[in-house]
Amino acid sequence: MASDRSALELRGLTKRFDRPAVDALDLTVRSGEFYALLGPNGAGKTTTLRMVAGLLRPDAGSISILGIDALADPVAAKQVTAWVSDEPMIYDKLTPLEYLEFVAGLWGIDPAVAEPCARELLVSLGLEANMHDRCEGFSKGMRQKVALAGALVHDPRLIILDEPLTGLDALSARHVKSLLSERVRNGCTVIMTTHILEVAERMADRIGVIAAGRLVAEGTLAELRQQNGRTDTSLEDVFVALVDREPAAA
Amino acid sequence: MTAAALNWFASHEIRLAWREWLGMMTGGRQRRRRAVIIGLVVFGALLHVPAYAVIGRYATLRLPLDKSAMIVITASIFLAWALMLSQAIESVTRAFYARADLDLIMSSPVTLDRVFSIRLAAIALTVTAMAMLLATPFIDVLVFGGGLRWLALYGVVMAIGLSAAAVAIAVTILLFRAIGPRRTRFVAQVLAAAIGAGFVIALQIAAILSYGTLSRFAALTSDAAASYAPAPESIVWWPVHAAFGDGRALLLLLACGFFLLGTVMVIFSAEFADTAVRASTGVVANRRTSHTRSFRSGSRQQALRRKELLLLRRDPWLLSQSLMQLLYLIPPAVLLWRSFNDSSLAIVLITPVIVMAAGQLAGGLGWLTISGEDAPDLVKTGPLPPSRLIRAKIEVVLLVIGALFAPLVIALLFASPRQAAVTAVGVMIAATSATAIQLWFRVQARRSQFRRRQTSSRLATFAEAFSSIGWAATSVLALSLPVAALVTGLMTTALLAATWKFSPRRD
Repeated sequence: MASDRSALELRGLTKRFDRPAVDALDLTVRSGEFYALLGPNGAGKTTTLRMVAGLLRPDAGSISILGIDALADPVAAKQVTAWVSDEPMIYDKLTPLEYLEFVAGLWGIDPAVAEPCARELLVSLGLEANMHDRCEGFSKGMRQKVALAGALVHDPRLIILDEPLTGLDALSARHVKSLLSERVRNGCTVIMTTHILEVAERMADRIGVIAAGRLVAEGTLAELRQQNGRTDTSLEDVFVALVDREPAAA
Repeated sequence: MTAAALNWFASHEIRLAWREWLGMMTGGRQRRRRAVIIGLVVFGALLHVPAYAVIGRYATLRLPLDKSAMIVITASIFLAWALMLSQAIESVTRAFYARADLDLIMSSPVTLDRVFSIRLAAIALTVTAMAMLLATPFIDVLVFGGGLRWLALYGVVMAIGLSAAAVAIAVTILLFRAIGPRRTRFVAQVLAAAIGAGFVIALQIAAILSYGTLSRFAALTSDAAASYAPAPESIVWWPVHAAFGDGRALLLLLACGFFLLGTVMVIFSAEFADTAVRASTGVVANRRTSHTRSFRSGSRQQALRRKELLLLRRDPWLLSQSLMQLLYLIPPAVLLWRSFNDSSLAIVLITPVIVMAAGQLAGGLGWLTISGEDAPDLVKTGPLPPSRLIRAKIEVVLLVIGALFAPLVIALLFASPRQAAVTAVGVMIAATSATAIQLWFRVQARRSQFRRRQTSSRLATFAEAFSSIGWAATSVLALSLPVAALVTGLMTTALLAATWKFSPRRD
């Protein structure tokens, strides 16, 4: 259930490469909220999330995660955050269970707590039979599930996912969605980018649309429809209308 | 498939081989291409100087030769063949495991046997061309000093290149049949390393056991070797006759090379497709860990160290390289064993070999742990300051080096405590220096990209090599001529300081 307390606050967040990738972005995500960040290719979604996860240093602006200044105290911010990228990066020579043991150790989780949690996660993601297999033979979907389990094993308060459903089959995607929904029900905050608008439409409490590094619209689906002037349109229509209005993103 | 189409495919294969080689040399950076070509031309020109120093005085040599000379030349040709075989095994293995265009080729309307025959021929051509390129300065020197008859050496290089490629193809495919795709990759790597070094090491061991010296020529030029050598008309001497311009021997040698390659192509080209498919799909078939132990407790750094050690233990490159280092350490170990019985001064030579090996291995390990991170996002988003992360990785490198080299130093302790102390300090300094260079030049890469490590920064590669050589020299001089050790130690420190100065700036 979303509360008024913010899980993430971005103020004037800016990052330039050869052009502005994120341009003085202000964004607030409430605690316990499922927030979908949408935008065309090159809009700045991944750059934004990578800065929040501590993978990129912003040129300007501030990032607050559950009240922690992520730029001043990145270690404390990382302790409560999990990041899953669209390209699952795991260790080929480790088994899923060994991978989760490493992640739990890195986050300093008590092994007595981490181990049952890791096993439960792998079972719920359909990886029970592969728990002791090295990841080198896994399909992209299986790797994505291992990476997701790694993000959840340390019980983060803020989960950031960049296109987490890419490469997953329908059944696996359903497993992942139900796992994320369950986490949100338990008070966790999820921020997710996706190109599958149906997922955002069905799962997100609020949706933010980003284009050319700026937030161009934000709200519930109903609010976005209202902003677009029509109440009977799909999110896809709303998205296309919003993005078309903005100058073309690179 | 028509002849024109075959020609087209052959040129496609050569183009791919050329670009792969160029990519290796330039580290994948387009802008470096011109610099690399100029650098190679200059390097080739400069190579004529050591070539002249090594071989120039033999340019006027003519047949008949005495048996010792025949043995030394034949052994040199065999060594070149072994090195080419080693290179060819690596090329063939790589061709099997690179999935890249396999789907495209196999789904196209072409006769696969013929297409893969061309692929095999391209491998042979690449190996031979590389060898001819490296041989050019030496042949140039001989031609300049002894006349055009030395051009026959190109034919010899071609013949041994073709036969090495043929043997490599046969060995690799037979390995596939015998032990399956997963093990073949590792075994082929070890085999290539062992073949490349094995011959020289065997000669060194023979020399140590017979004459108490590390010089491999001692065994070849001995009376015992001459007495065992076959008669002058034996086919064993064909390569020597061919090298000295005997047309008949050269033609026979070339015919043998082509025949061997042709036979292998006919026998194995049909299997190549099947083998390549199995290699690219079956190599990663499920490998299970047998134990189901509980999660272990410990600090975050301990978790990192455990992960690094587990990955190193399961790394095929590391295993093959460690075996290589161990192979090179066999001759000094034999020398050490002999020195317990007599008071040979040659024992001092063990120290630089050990220090050099430690530096080289630490460089590879350093790259694997510091740069070769398969889950960079995970470790960067972990609640751990970057400095502690790096520290844990460095600790792993030094820990492994310590564990590998401690037994040798302990063995040395019984022979000469002073030498053991100098060797231990040398190992520590060489390993730390190589690790530091890897740290200064770290780049984000996957562990599987290890082959590219030496091309991503030439400066780092040379600095690492010269640092290991410098500390090896300093160690041996510390035992024999301490004042000179001070000079080489300062020079190596200056080299490290310069390397640090030119390393990319870090946040």
